[in-house]
Amino acid sequence: MEPSLPFYILATLSVFSALMVVLSRKPVHSVLYLIFCFFTIGCHYLLLNAQFLFAVHIIVYTGAIMVLFLFSIMFINMNKESEPHKNTLIKIAAGVLAGLLFLVLLEATKGAETLGPPSPNESYSTVANLGKVLYGQYLLPFEIISIMLLSAMVGAVMLGKKSVD
Amino acid sequence: MNNILHVVPLSYYVALSSLLFTIGVMGVLFRRNAIIIFMCIELMLNAVNLLLTAFSAQHGDASGQVMVFFIMAVAAAEVAVGLAILVMIYNNIRTVDINELNKLKW
Amino acid sequence: MIQLAWLIPLFPLLGFLVIGMLNKRLPVSLSGAIASLSVFLSFVVSVIIFNEIHQVGSVPERILMFDWINVGDLNIPFSFLIDRLSVIMLLVITGVGFLIHVYSIGYMQHEQDHSRFFSYLNLFIFFMLLLVLGANYIVMFAGWEGVGLCSYLLIGFWFKYTEYNNAAKKAFIMNRIGDLGFLLGIFLIYTTFGSVSYQEVFNAAKGFPDGDAAITAITLLLFVGAMGKSAQIPLYTWLPDAMAGPTPVSALIHAATMVTAGIYMVIRSNVLYTLAPYSSEIVAIVGLVTAVFAATIGLKQNDIKKVLAYSTVSQLGYMFVALGVGAYDTALFHVVMHAFFKALLFLGAGSVIHAMSGEQDIRYMGGLKKKLPITHITFLIGTLAIAGVFPFAGFFSKDEILSKVYAFSPFMFVVLMFTSALTAIYMFRLYWLTFYGSFRGTEQQRTHLHESPSSMTMPLIILALLSTIGGFLGMPEVFHVPHYFSEFLSSIIYRKAELTLPESSELMVMGGSLTMVVLIIIMTYNHYVKKAVMPETNEGELRGFQKVLSHKYYIDEIYSALITKPIDWLASFSYKRIELGVIDRIVNGSGYILNGISSLLRYVQTGSIGTYVFGMVIGIILLVALTMIH
Repeated sequence: MEPSLPFYILATLSVFSALMVVLSRKPVHSVLYLIFCFFTIGCHYLLLNAQFLFAVHIIVYTGAIMVLFLFSIMFINMNKESEPHKNTLIKIAAGVLAGLLFLVLLEATKGAETLGPPSPNESYSTVANLGKVLYGQYLLPFEIISIMLLSAMVGAVMLGKKSVD
Repeated sequence: MNNILHVVPLSYYVALSSLLFTIGVMGVLFRRNAIIIFMCIELMLNAVNLLLTAFSAQHGDASGQVMVFFIMAVAAAEVAVGLAILVMIYNNIRTVDINELNKLKW
Repeated sequence: MIQLAWLIPLFPLLGFLVIGMLNKRLPVSLSGAIASLSVFLSFVVSVIIFNEIHQVGSVPERILMFDWINVGDLNIPFSFLIDRLSVIMLLVITGVGFLIHVYSIGYMQHEQDHSRFFSYLNLFIFFMLLLVLGANYIVMFAGWEGVGLCSYLLIGFWFKYTEYNNAAKKAFIMNRIGDLGFLLGIFLIYTTFGSVSYQEVFNAAKGFPDGDAAITAITLLLFVGAMGKSAQIPLYTWLPDAMAGPTPVSALIHAATMVTAGIYMVIRSNVLYTLAPYSSEIVAIVGLVTAVFAATIGLKQNDIKKVLAYSTVSQLGYMFVALGVGAYDTALFHVVMHAFFKALLFLGAGSVIHAMSGEQDIRYMGGLKKKLPITHITFLIGTLAIAGVFPFAGFFSKDEILSKVYAFSPFMFVVLMFTSALTAIYMFRLYWLTFYGSFRGTEQQRTHLHESPSSMTMPLIILALLSTIGGFLGMPEVFHVPHYFSEFLSSIIYRKAELTLPESSELMVMGGSLTMVVLIIIMTYNHYVKKAVMPETNEGELRGFQKVLSHKYYIDEIYSALITKPIDWLASFSYKRIELGVIDRIVNGSGYILNGISSLLRYVQTGSIGTYVFGMVIGIILLVALTMIH
């Protein structure tokens, strides 16, 4: 088997599902395609030898965030094609702009192939090592993130309450 | 287990991430449903995560992955607050069409 | 005890703070009592210090309070200097000040705002003490400015009348002109001697030759300051207008103490003036001209306080003449005597005004002798003193000035003699018209006539006593008794001018001036009492020089035409043409232009999120492209 085959298959699936997120009419379909897309991206993490990241990604994105999306859509009761189409001019303009952005991004990151072979170091992504880096070098941002999550939680609860008198 | 970069050049991952990012941008540009736009933003964030992980593997440095954790945390917070806001908007004006949300102008 | 001299200015300051803070909560008797008590305490301390200096004869003593200004090489301590000059000034300020405070209790009885009055009065005493106590020019300048401020506040005490406010502003602005000169003088002192402390400056100055240019410039600039504060030509016009203030203020500030600050300053700097003969000559000439000039104006004034004001200007001119000829101790002698009799005259005038329910015009007075016996007697003593009749205070001090001037220059002596005659004429004109003849006021005023309360008459009596016996402190040499005053002061005068007359001429001067005054008294009695000639009530009856005199030589009009009008014109031109026409248009125009541009630009703010996202993506593309180019 060609060793690079998993990459190509996963890449094709990712791009296809991402396109379907954008193009589906029903919001629920979009959500389901997005879950699939995230799953393929998680598989990319496995290919890149980042197993812990894969686990976290599946739990946080596919497990928590997307469930939240599904809940919201059901809450809003939007499972129908309520969305009127934008006019064609805007669609063309959007396509042109997106293509332009893609080209510019590719052009901007052109130096990547000159980096040479990847580092032979394989032990960096063990959970133990990640923990050391996270609690050593990045301790302060880590603590600050916790405060941010707390305030986001408080904010979400505040917003979710029925009108406050 | 060797990582895939030994057989696939890094630039392929760069291209893939760029493509996913661009698709996200495209979605933001021509969808009108605020929830879909939100999902496209998540897609863009994941494209960035993927690129960070690829570079992390290229350099054998854990910092890239740590950054991905942070992005995930921020995304989680953002989704929680953002969806709460959208639900509130829907409760008040019965729509999440961004073309209807144009009161904030001259 | 000398080390406790800082108590002297402290008491009035405390009085000011207490009265000022409690303000309307104090009844009139209490605020007056606090104010008088604080000045009395200062007076007691001054007397103790005077005794000590008198007996021990201690050297000048410096008391360092704290470091005040300490920047780079500039080091100005806040320190006091106690010597024989400042202690005399202390006695005059606190003594006469105390009497006037007591008088004010009676005078301000019916005034609503008495607390404000007494707090200002105490603040004035504080600054005046600071002025005379300071051990360097900067502390003196602080006091100098402070008394100017209090003078402004008290002249405009009845601030509801525009006229009084204008008088206050006039005094303040005239003084600013003088103060600028004083300040420049201080700067020049600092650059010349590297210090502003009296001791260091005078010690350094003693090494300079006579007529040194720098010292001449310094003394001239200081004299400009003195001109403003002591109302000399050309800056005298504020003093007559300053009579708008309550009468005790006129007595305290505009007769006895503040206006003599300029003379104190010149005496303090006598080392410098001795070394600058040209400046001294100018001082003498300005003083002489002012003395004659003000005396002639005094002849035709009908307001009782205005007459006294011009007489003050004239007497200040006398003192400057004495300073100019080098008789510093004589000038100070006259300052002290003048403080007694001029305060007495002003307070007497205040008592008259009080009795006349606010009437100040002598044409509507007359015959007050019987109704106001104490005021009449004391006023008579004051008049005799200022006219120079033996044995009252003015006789000795004025005679001393005359004989010193005679020794210096006979021409100046003749002019001063003439002035002295004029003084006697206008003072007795005032006296006869006020107290003799028949009453010329309204019927209502006649029934209301009454002698003032004892709080007002007591100070009058004490001042009258001082005016009677004060002169014996400085007996002329012909009597072969020691001149206590001049002996006491001898240590602070740098180089005593040799101005002694032969005994015969001195006796002649005394006899001549005395005879002249007696003749004038008789003449004016004939004119104003026997013939009962009244000043013209109608402007049109005046003609020629009389009219010029009654209009004070039109000096105010000339100043207004030459200085005030052009400045007003310039100001209104700047306002109408430059401010409104140019600056406002630029400022408002730029505002309008920006407003116009932004009103077009605001349509970019569509409110549609789609548009914003488009803009954002275009921006991202451009930014990334830009980084690529680099």
